[in-house]
Amino acid sequence: MTRVFISRDSTALSLGAEQVATALEQQAASKGLSAEIVRNGSRGLFWLEPLVEVETSQGRVAYGPVQVEDVASLLDAGLLDGKQNPLYLGNIEEIAYFKNQNRLTFARVGLTDPVNIEDYLAHDGYRGLKNALALQATEIVKQVTDSGLRGRGGAAFPTGIKWNTVLNAPADQKYIVCNADEGDSGTFSDRMIMEGDPFVLIEGMTIAGLAVGATQGYIYLRVEYPHAKIALNQAIEAAYKNGYLGENIQNSGKTFHLEVRSGAGAYICGEETSLLESLEGKRGLVRFKPPLPAIVGLFGKPTIVNNVISLASIPVILDKGGEYYKNYGMGRSRGTLPLQLAGNIKHPGLFEVAFGMTLRELLYDYGGGSASGRPIRAVQVGGPLGAYLHEGQFDTPLDYEAFAAISAVLGHGGIVVHDDTVNMADMARYAMEFCVEESCGKCTPCRIGSTRGVEVIDRIVDGAQKEKNTVLLRDLCDTMTYGSLCAMGGMTPFPVLSALNHFPEDFGLTAKA
Amino acid sequence: MQDYQTQKPTVLEILDTHQAMPGNLLPILHGIQDTLGYIPPAAVVDIAKSLNLSQAEVHGVISFYHYFRETPPGDHTIRICRAESCQAMNGKALEAHAKQQLGIDFHETTADGIFSLEPVYCLGNCACSPSITIDDEVIGRVTTEKFDRLLATYKGAK
Ligand SMILES: Cc1cc2nc3c(=O)[nH]c(=O)nc-3n(C[C@H](O)[C@H](O)[C@H](O)COP(=O)(O)O)c2cc1C
Ligand code: SF4
Ligand code: FES
Repeated sequence: MTRVFISRDSTALSLGAEQVATALEQQAASKGLSAEIVRNGSRGLFWLEPLVEVETSQGRVAYGPVQVEDVASLLDAGLLDGKQNPLYLGNIEEIAYFKNQNRLTFARVGLTDPVNIEDYLAHDGYRGLKNALALQATEIVKQVTDSGLRGRGGAAFPTGIKWNTVLNAPADQKYIVCNADEGDSGTFSDRMIMEGDPFVLIEGMTIAGLAVGATQGYIYLRVEYPHAKIALNQAIEAAYKNGYLGENIQNSGKTFHLEVRSGAGAYICGEETSLLESLEGKRGLVRFKPPLPAIVGLFGKPTIVNNVISLASIPVILDKGGEYYKNYGMGRSRGTLPLQLAGNIKHPGLFEVAFGMTLRELLYDYGGGSASGRPIRAVQVGGPLGAYLHEGQFDTPLDYEAFAAISAVLGHGGIVVHDDTVNMADMARYAMEFCVEESCGKCTPCRIGSTRGVEVIDRIVDGAQKEKNTVLLRDLCDTMTYGSLCAMGGMTPFPVLSALNHFPEDFGLTAKA
Repeated sequence: MQDYQTQKPTVLEILDTHQAMPGNLLPILHGIQDTLGYIPPAAVVDIAKSLNLSQAEVHGVISFYHYFRETPPGDHTIRICRAESCQAMNGKALEAHAKQQLGIDFHETTADGIFSLEPVYCLGNCACSPSITIDDEVIGRVTTEKFDRLLATYKGAK
């Protein structure tokens, strides 16, 4: 029986992968051909989805993008024998876009059946947990600290330090909370892991539980990800059945329970304390810090809150050692970052690479320039609270400190490309509008400031007392930056001011001297 | 609008199955909306009683979250992404076209009761912008022509 891989990833589905899988199954059967269709994660080369991969004696052979109309002719042309045809791509892993990545966290995504635990085990799954079970809690935390891993949710806080705080907080109950709210526009790496290799997240959370003595975990998943929820629940069920979750994990005497909880469409619930409020069944109002969630977290107990990618990077660290992970990267940015290329880009997709590549390499060598064929004018990195970069900044290496030095952020690694038809005053206005929409309302600079921000930008664009209102906008941004309780209000000035500073002509202003 | 008395047993059953769960309010609200399509305002009384909260607290939670709704939706809910990546790929034109074709604004339902229209801020489908969902189906690279075809299909299927 020939194995054929067609993705169950949301983006592949959004392009018709389900219909292709159904057509292929039916038509192969009616032609008397034997094919077993495996629904894998996506390789992340989205301009080639729906992708069909066939397992042959010479390895996996890929075809794409495949539409339902192509299926009959592909089968006739010997698809199941890996024969050549116009959609033939060869081994997908030999394509430069894939080959030049450093897939540590995404090692299995696209390769395996995401919800088949045997497949996971056959591809190095649960080796990290096996090592962790033989270590003392402090030794697990040490591996994480040694790896240099910093939180991939946006704030880039050292994961080992957070874990150590929770480890040293005495309590009868502790929690591991996975932040799967992935609210940043232009990002989808969390989703791809959860749909494409949910076991790696489950394993990472289980190791976190062992490391700090927590026996209960929650995955707070945004409601916009129904396919991720299905995959996670299938994988969790399999992990329980096979003794990888629950009591006495792999006969170690250790316990870890895990449950998925759905969000309800509030961006602010990605902020960790708002998320905890939401998990407790309340409105997602941001909490004052201190106390840190590591000390007083979920239901008042010490809690690790980590992003999906942070937690999904733990298994490889425990498998190969902190040093191995640390050997990738530059400066204080260690390991790899799964970047997400989106917006107006020819080759959108997931690109996991060691820190240090320049934005320009990514945009042009791999991204292939804009989708429209027009010049790239502005690029927003790091989600809706990230700065807009202009052409002159594209040689900045993807590194936390290098980005901070140009008043920008890497955040969760989302990169949204705009061509020269973009109006940056519109984008600045949208950033303020988004803050109005999503502010939790707890503090004035954010709640009121953002509404004022929209009005002031409108006045500048309308030409009413331009200079005076520009000064007012800058003052307002200052108030939001320094007076907001969290980064929602505190960072909205990033996109606004970068748009104003780099693209003043779009506001009808002359360039700053 | 449906009579709450016919919905009440469903609400009570959902409350019952979530009794022992820590932090159960959101799971309860999801359960009700998944089953009934919305959260009937009259259900707030039962929820509040069961969880020992004030009605104001329960209502505060429902209104805080964009996803929860207190009015019945149309047969199909269309969500259009308004976020940056989709804007970079003509999302605004799609949004305007959709509103015009449906003859409604965001948070409204067509007069024939077939479609409700909601904004959404990123669907994680930014690699294939602009994106929308119709019920649980995610659809990428949605041109205005593709949107019209989808409308026709869903209308036909009703
Ligand atoms: C407005 C706002 C939204 C956020 N959204 C997310 C999110 O969707 N996912 C996430 O992992 N972190 C998000 N964060 C960051 C979290 O507060 C927190 O830093 C993170 O979950 C910690 O995990 P990490 O150290 O593994 O990154 C957000 C922060 C703010 C201020
Ligand atoms: S900055 Fe905005 S989102 Fe953050 S706490 Fe204040 S009002 Fe809430
Ligand atoms: S920005 Fe529209 S799907 Fe992400």
